[in-house]
Parts: sequence; structure tokens; C-alpha cells
Amino acid sequence: MENFEPVVLFFLLGVIAGLVRSDLKIPGVLYESLSIFLLLAIGLKGGVELARYQLLDVALPALVVVIVGALIPLAAFPILRRIGKLSRADAGSIAAHYGSVSVVTFAVGSAYLARLGQVAEGYMTVFLVLLELPALVIGALLARHGERGTPWGRVLHEVFAGKSIVLLLGGLVIGWLAGPDGIAPLDSVFFDLFKGLLAFFLLEMGLVAASRIGDLRRAGVFLLLFATLMPLAAGGLGLITGQVLGLSVGGITLLATLYASASYIAAPAAMRIAVPAANPALSIGAALGITFPFNLIVGIPLYHRFAQHLQHAGV
Amino acid sequence: MELTARKLVTIVTEAALEDTLVRDIETLGARGYTITDARGKGGRGKRDATWAPHANIRLEVLCGANTALAICTALRERYSDNYSMVIYVGDVDVLRPEKF
Repeated sequence: MENFEPVVLFFLLGVIAGLVRSDLKIPGVLYESLSIFLLLAIGLKGGVELARYQLLDVALPALVVVIVGALIPLAAFPILRRIGKLSRADAGSIAAHYGSVSVVTFAVGSAYLARLGQVAEGYMTVFLVLLELPALVIGALLARHGERGTPWGRVLHEVFAGKSIVLLLGGLVIGWLAGPDGIAPLDSVFFDLFKGLLAFFLLEMGLVAASRIGDLRRAGVFLLLFATLMPLAAGGLGLITGQVLGLSVGGITLLATLYASASYIAAPAAMRIAVPAANPALSIGAALGITFPFNLIVGIPLYHRFAQHLQHAGV
Repeated sequence: MELTARKLVTIVTEAALEDTLVRDIETLGARGYTITDARGKGGRGKRDATWAPHANIRLEVLCGANTALAICTALRERYSDNYSMVIYVGDVDVLRPEKF
């Protein structure tokens, strides 16, 4: 069990409860509250860590991470179009989901590393914030290529003023300004409670994932394969990028986790507005129904092991 | 007490559309609206509101017959292909008709 993060079990409990049609329901208000808490806590934690670095030390790696990260939706799109034979709208929307990142996968990855006593660079949260946006714009551009009438104002507003960016970025700035000492009085709320509330959130995501199983059946074999192979390929890209940037084992693992993860909170909201013709059942089914549990159970331990090998081999 | 005939337009749709719809109906002449959270099932499956992308709203507008028609036509054109959306119009009697 050394390579298994116990908090993942709550996700599995949610899936089982959903499959046996338990009357268990997490009220929508609690879900909203939990996501606000998690986003703010992750932002704050990142900000506190960021206060230890010079901004310039972070800027260059961040630029590399964002540019390399943009390759993910660009590579996913033609695969979805040509091999998957998906419509332009669906391919663009799914590419956006996979190019963007999952905050909760990142949180589970961090918890996994913390349990093993493995430290990662504090500025990983900056990568998380930066990686959320560009893929959404790239996906929308690919999906709506040559079309008129995209409500870009609305789309950009949805992306930049969406709660995940406001809270992550807000938390980051507050944590950075206040520093570790300033945030210390808040530790008991934001940091001590974090893992317990993450467990609640994962329980809910398990329930939601179970309710989308019907969608997956309709999605077919291609999407099933895509949703497991894409995170492996993107995770590999993260391992290499992390190694080239000279990150620690923890940092490489988290970067691979970020690249491998697919957004299912920010991306669905943005794509619903930006690409109305895309079927949300496909993208959410793949991102949440397959890729998310895959990363939780198989991906994160795997990326960590590879990161260790890379560092030992001194490639 | 005097009652006046008006139309009640009810739109049941995805919560993601809320902001856009409100802007649309106000431009089309609606002077007010009421929004409630909704759950249900329709042609695009069950929308149980357990999670943001599965949330539905019910938007109600009281207005004159012309505005009602304009709203129905515009929304149908803009959204019915790609979004879960049900629109129905009913005859109602209202007090203080100058409000609608």
C-alpha cells in the first residue's frame, strides 16, 4: 500500500455508492463550498511557497512549461479528428479539456508526495494556474476554425473571471503578500483541514463519475483508449520537461501529473459557451470518467517512479 | 379588482446559459424575470444539478404577446440546436399590468 494514496479510496467509495444507486448525495451547495475551499487553499499554499523564491527564478521555467504544455492540445486535436473521427467541435473541446489541468489531480499528487516525505518546488502552483488557461483558448480556436460568431468576449470572461482562476490566483497573491508568518494563523483552516475536505470532494467526484458511466459506453473504444493513453503521453512529456528544467523528483512528478491531467471543472464551463456544438458528455465522460481515476490510481505513482528513475540515471 | 392578460414565458435550460439568456431577454424587451434552480429529465438526459455542468435553471418572464414571440423566436434560433432547452408560453392574468 506504500504507493497508494488513501484519500483516493473516497473516490472509489463514491463510485461504488453511485453504482449501487445509493441515496447518498452531496448537496450542490456543499460541492460548491468544497471547491471554493480547495482552490483557495491550493492558491494560498502556492503563494506562501512562492514567497521563498525570486520571481525571475520562476519566470523562465514557467514560460517553458506553458509553451511545452501548449503542445498537448495541439497534438490531441489531430488524433481525435483523424483516428477518432470526431467532429471538429468535439475534437477541439476534448483537446481543450486535456490541455488544461485538473486542480484536484494536482492536489492528490501533492498529498501523495507529502505522505512519502518528498518535497517539490514551491512554485508548482504557479504552473497549475498558468496551464489552466492557454489550452482552453487553443481548443476553442481549433474547434471553431474559420467560423464566425464565436462569443470571444464571453469565452475569455468565462476563462479569466471563472472562479477557479480568481480563487487560485487570488490565493496565490494573498499567500505571497502575507508570507508564511502572515498565513500561520489561518493554517488550521486552510492547511490542516485540507486533506479531510479533499476526501469529501473526491467522494462527490466518485458519485458524479459513476453517473457518467452511461456516457462512456456511448463514447466507444477509441475514447476509452485516448483517455488512458493521452495522460501517459502527456505525463511523459512532463517527465522530460521537468528533467530538462532540473526540477526535483517531487517537482518532476507534479509537472507530469499536471500535463497528464484533464480539466473537468474550468474546461466544461468554458467549452459549453465557446463551442456549443461539442457534446459535453464525451469530454466530461473521458476526462472525469476515465482520465481522472486513471491518474489517481495508476498515473501518479507511475510518474513518481519514473521521476525517481530519471533522477537516479542522471539523464 | 381588475386583471389583465399577459404571457408567461418559461424557459428551462442549462445553468451555463444564465448570463447570456438574461442579456438576450432584456434586449428583446423583457422588463423583469425570475430564475429558479431546477432539476429534471428530458431529451438530453437527466440533469440532476448534483454538479455544476449538470445544473438547470427555470427562467420565467411575464410580458406582452409580441415580446413573448420575439423571445421564443430568438432563443430557438440561437440555442435550441446545441443546448438543453425547453420553452413554453402560457396565458396568465396579472395585476398591475404596467410592470410587464
